[in-house]
Amino acid sequence: MRLDTDPYLSRYATRVTGMSASEIRALFAVASRPEVVSFAGGMPATDALDMAAVEDVVSSVIRDAGALALQYGGGQGRPELREHLVEVMHHEEVPGHADDLIVTVGGQQALELIAKCFIDDGDVVLAEGPTYVGGIGALKSHRAEVRHIPVDDQGMDVDLLEDALNELRREGRKAKYVYTIPNHQNPAGVSMSLARRHRLAELAEAHDLLLLEDNPYGLLDFAGRIEPSLRSLVPDRVVYVGTMSKLFAPGVRTGWIAAPGPIRDKLVLLREAADLCPSNLTQMIVERWLATQPWQDQIKRFTELYREKAEVMLAALEKEMPEGVHWTTPAGAFYIWLTVPAGIDTSDLLAKAVGRRVAYVPGRGFYADGAGGAQARLCFSYPELERIPEGVARLGELLHDELELVRAVFGDDAPSPDPRPSGPATGVGG
Amino acid sequence: MTATSIAVLAGGISLEREVSLRSGGRVADAFSDRGHQVTRLDIDGELVRTLETGGFDVAFLALHGSAGEDGTIQSLLELIGLPYTGPDVLASSLAWNKPIAQGLFARAGLSVPDRVTLTQQAFREMGATAAVDRIAEELQIPLVVKPATGGSSLGLTIVEDPVRLPQAIVGAFSYADVVLIERCITGTEVAVTVLDGQALPAVEIQPKEGAYDFAARYTPGATDFHVPARLPEQVADACARLALAAVDAVGARHISRADMIVDGSGTPWLLELDTCPGLTETSLAPLAAEAAELPFPDLCERLVELALRDVTATS
Repeated sequence: MRLDTDPYLSRYATRVTGMSASEIRALFAVASRPEVVSFAGGMPATDALDMAAVEDVVSSVIRDAGALALQYGGGQGRPELREHLVEVMHHEEVPGHADDLIVTVGGQQALELIAKCFIDDGDVVLAEGPTYVGGIGALKSHRAEVRHIPVDDQGMDVDLLEDALNELRREGRKAKYVYTIPNHQNPAGVSMSLARRHRLAELAEAHDLLLLEDNPYGLLDFAGRIEPSLRSLVPDRVVYVGTMSKLFAPGVRTGWIAAPGPIRDKLVLLREAADLCPSNLTQMIVERWLATQPWQDQIKRFTELYREKAEVMLAALEKEMPEGVHWTTPAGAFYIWLTVPAGIDTSDLLAKAVGRRVAYVPGRGFYADGAGGAQARLCFSYPELERIPEGVARLGELLHDELELVRAVFGDDAPSPDPRPSGPATGVGG
Repeated sequence: MTATSIAVLAGGISLEREVSLRSGGRVADAFSDRGHQVTRLDIDGELVRTLETGGFDVAFLALHGSAGEDGTIQSLLELIGLPYTGPDVLASSLAWNKPIAQGLFARAGLSVPDRVTLTQQAFREMGATAAVDRIAEELQIPLVVKPATGGSSLGLTIVEDPVRLPQAIVGAFSYADVVLIERCITGTEVAVTVLDGQALPAVEIQPKEGAYDFAARYTPGATDFHVPARLPEQVADACARLALAAVDAVGARHISRADMIVDGSGTPWLLELDTCPGLTETSLAPLAAEAAELPFPDLCERLVELALRDVTATS
């Protein structure tokens, strides 16, 4: 007798057939244990919020407008909230009006709706390599072909982007859009230089491109610097995504899209088909937070904390890492991108790392094409400051030890890790 | 069976935590549905105290991986005097270490693939790299490289090109200090679950794509199972005998699952014995039990009865 462990298999849409269980996800189940110092989850330090203030905000919403807060709302999101979100954008010099915005369930829903809006099977999207795990997930779930454009310390290499665009033109194809995180990129921790932003805007005009500008971290620059947004440079060519997850809290699941009118209208219809409307309750909490609390000061507090954590992690890396390990120096936000010497494969090594009670996200999770075997993302925003040196020391010891093993096994001819598909490294926050 | 207070142990800090939580959740649900009092316990610093004071009649072990399958928890439960499901301390620790178990099986005259065991120390301190070429020469390509301990195919690589062997060894060392390199037997993959001295119908495993790896194990629908395995009667009997002999060789009580491959000539080769077989929806032991007309809740209750029976027998 043939046993079917999934009798529904023949009914699924093609887009879910590639979705499978993953070793990496299984290892993260251990990484969340308290014994483990986890640099894996891309999570903000919500314990740095003024909880008394949050409590006031939440209870006042119920007290003053409970029936409304617990009711359905409109598909585009509350106009009052959109007004406040526009203020947040203006704080970062991103132009916009409340009408341009659609409130989404976090930035992730925004990425998913945009993919749903534009991607047919096999359509090409150009994205930074590496790029955000959830961005890849949204694209893959709509069966996009993701082509990566390498990132260096100046952000996306726009010359290579131009090469890729020319290559597409030769193939008689066109990218549906270019996905970029210009500020303090997840996972590379780098920002796009001013010159490259302008060049990207030029390329967008020359190649008739649509840009997806994902900007969760722009206000988290350690020095308070603000770079011009792509939306300010080529507004008609940009679908912009913002989120309150890192400026307030991911638990309120509030993000937004700012898009040209025709795209906005399509996205509102798609969103209504997906979940009718965002939660009135959480929208009103965010609204009141932005209306009544010194939210800019809170962002400063977050940023100061992250700057301190980054410094501690960078100092610890300097002290603990063996020769041949390299990392990026973040000027804001959450992440350091680590590159290890030949012979070490960060996907394989994660098991040993978890055994030594430290966790990271292997680099392959940030590529759609199996690259990234020599890289890892370290997130410093979430772990407690005091535990960061301990975690880095564990990682350093592990890498010293592994390098010794690799030298013993390979001598001086250690191979670089092979490209190989990675299971989805989801379930680790942003 | 009469209502019993059951502690279901699942989770832990092994690499198979997620799988264990899935097994444990399913077991706990089955017991609740049957009216038993169920408490789910994860591993933490208070575990012994909780087990001592919780008023439990029995501990159901759904802990995969180290500490759950290697005799650690079994030893604690014996100290506490709480009956538990599955093989005892010695059987667990013998089967957990694949090179030792394979050695015992070979010594008992069972067919196990030719193999080599290498430790990290051999590479770090004794220049083992110089001998790596001999492995492929002696065992012949393809080879299976796996960590000496642990399950769910974590860290397992099938090597088809000898050049890739060192990488596969380093990868397996991420999961254990010792690696086992075996000649890769090709044929029909079969698992035989032994329940209290009885071999259940063999389950044939046929991944839809590639090897029976982690994704093929835990993605519903990724693997086809045939129960009983589509084998000639005498081959199926040989598989059952091999599983029973493996269980005897390490002295495993209650339940174990023998993984084997039947080669082209109909000879079953024993790969390993799992003393805490997975109990998830895609796991092999529950499929075998169902084929033996033992639905999942009955299988769980049967294991509890065995745990209670054995403690009475030995006290």
